[in-house]
Amino acid sequence: MSTGDRILTDEMIAEIKEFFPRYPSRQAVTLPALHIVNEKLRHVPLQAVVEIAQLLDLAPAEVQDTLSFYGMFPQDKPHGRTRAWVCRSISCALRGGDELLEHMCDEAGIEPGQTTPDGSLTLEFAECLGACEHAPCILANEELHKSVTKEEATKLLGTFK
Amino acid sequence: MEPVLLANIHRSDSHTLSGYESTGGYNAYRKVLAEMSPDDLKDLVKESGLRGRGGAGFPTGLKWTFLPKNHPGPIYFCLNADESEPGTFNNRILMEEDPHQVLEGLALSCYATGAETAYFYIRYEYPLCYKRLTQALEEMYAKGLLGKNILGSGFNLDIYLHRGAAAYICGEETGLIESLEGKRAWPRIKPPFPAIEGAFRKPTVVNNVETAACVPHIVNRGVAWFRSMGVQPDPNNPRDPGSFGPKLYCLSGHIEKPGCYEAPLGITVNELIQEYGGGMLDGRRPKAAIPGGISMGLLTADEFDCPLDFSGPGRYGCLGLGTAAVVVMDETVSMVDYLHNSARFFAHESCGQCTPCREGTSWSLKMLDRIQAGRGRLIDLDLLLEIGDTIGIIPGTTICGLADGAAWPLKNAIRKFRGEFEDFIKQTNPDGYAETSPVPALHEIHGH
Repeated sequence: MSTGDRILTDEMIAEIKEFFPRYPSRQAVTLPALHIVNEKLRHVPLQAVVEIAQLLDLAPAEVQDTLSFYGMFPQDKPHGRTRAWVCRSISCALRGGDELLEHMCDEAGIEPGQTTPDGSLTLEFAECLGACEHAPCILANEELHKSVTKEEATKLLGTFK
Repeated sequence: MEPVLLANIHRSDSHTLSGYESTGGYNAYRKVLAEMSPDDLKDLVKESGLRGRGGAGFPTGLKWTFLPKNHPGPIYFCLNADESEPGTFNNRILMEEDPHQVLEGLALSCYATGAETAYFYIRYEYPLCYKRLTQALEEMYAKGLLGKNILGSGFNLDIYLHRGAAAYICGEETGLIESLEGKRAWPRIKPPFPAIEGAFRKPTVVNNVETAACVPHIVNRGVAWFRSMGVQPDPNNPRDPGSFGPKLYCLSGHIEKPGCYEAPLGITVNELIQEYGGGMLDGRRPKAAIPGGISMGLLTADEFDCPLDFSGPGRYGCLGLGTAAVVVMDETVSMVDYLHNSARFFAHESCGQCTPCREGTSWSLKMLDRIQAGRGRLIDLDLLLEIGDTIGIIPGTTICGLADGAAWPLKNAIRKFRGEFEDFIKQTNPDGYAETSPVPALHEIHGH
């Protein structure tokens, strides 16, 4: 089933195996495994799906089925070094969330879901970031940016290298 | 009122074990493990009248009693920290600022239900919560508050954090379980209910973060204290068990001071806006408010005397209190834009398993796309209402309640603001709003 060289490193495999004792089934490690691979490779290519499936005693289709349900795991190519979600839910929309996303897309020259040609940034919309008191907000990798104006968004874009 | 759930969040060390213990943290846990049986604790929570804070408002103690008696185990506990309902962020505040309060509540809940393994299912979009909870769990293990034979009581408990992957439906309890098991988060047909067959086909309790956070306070302060706050049962409604205890309200939108506020159940929308939120943003006039997360529907400004307890919003034509996330809109807001935003959310987040929800949410979005693009017809409003009435009937035509949540904004916005929708259609499509005009294909509309 495997095609070409192995994608998962020994380190990734060890990290995935650490999750095994937590659950009564190997399949439950699917999301943790996908997160581990995605954090390292910034995407989960098909070959990684095959290798995760082997580790978890699953058919590759079962892992692929799960992966394709969630919005977290790009497959074709890596997301940007910074992955930024701009919230467009009602609380953020009332305070300019949609316009902020449009502004950032214009400035970065990409559409929501796309990555800049230099690979520095992927811009996405979020349905809700759960930070409605700080609307409009942006989650860039692990950092939440609160009550962001267009001017601040422009500055923020400049920091994504 | 004196804050209870948010009492310590102003402290810089509120997220640490030492900070939590310095304010009496884990006293309830120590007391329960030393003095009370699991059944004692279960009875205490049942008597308190605590109702789940995640949206449905089901009595927590009663839910716990649905577990089979004398089950050989394992029994699993899932803490639902996948709050993703637009407008809602109370669980985030608790997890970020006072994670030990949540974990003490979870540990107590596990003791009461006989669960020795708990999965803390946390949405991916909360990295700071994840970090703080990871630290808090390490502190608990180091102090012997988790693991084997906790504090010499014979009780064993492990808590594992499990990160979601950005899907609203994981907040539905059986969707959460499917996701935890490594599958797509497709809600399950019930029965069997999770209490009988849940995670890994074993008896399982799923509770919300804020619900768990109430439990230590019920132990510390007693049932009478908890029931002294809130709203008594409605004597005219035998199905209303009352709404007791403190509640976290999330206030956002066109408000001077958006934030998470603690108030007794039953506070009105007006009181919340004026006494906690500092009034309307820039002093503008209010137009509408969502009483408890986007799926609950809409209150007009004339209905802001609506009490925010579990029964209040239902009396104003809304679905319910939901997550008590109040989103306020001022007079500048277009109801067409609001409804489009809501429809876009539900169309994106429908899991696609049930036809009425999958098709109904996407069709309502397509129609609102067209109306917003200036190609609406008056008959579209009746068609949207028909979709709302078809997909959102309780008891539902779908496996879970997402379709109901999608239906209520449709029904409320069009019924309560119909004139505005009609004016918009007539103004933006003056030649074509007649009911007999053909519906253009989406690709014929500019921008689609």
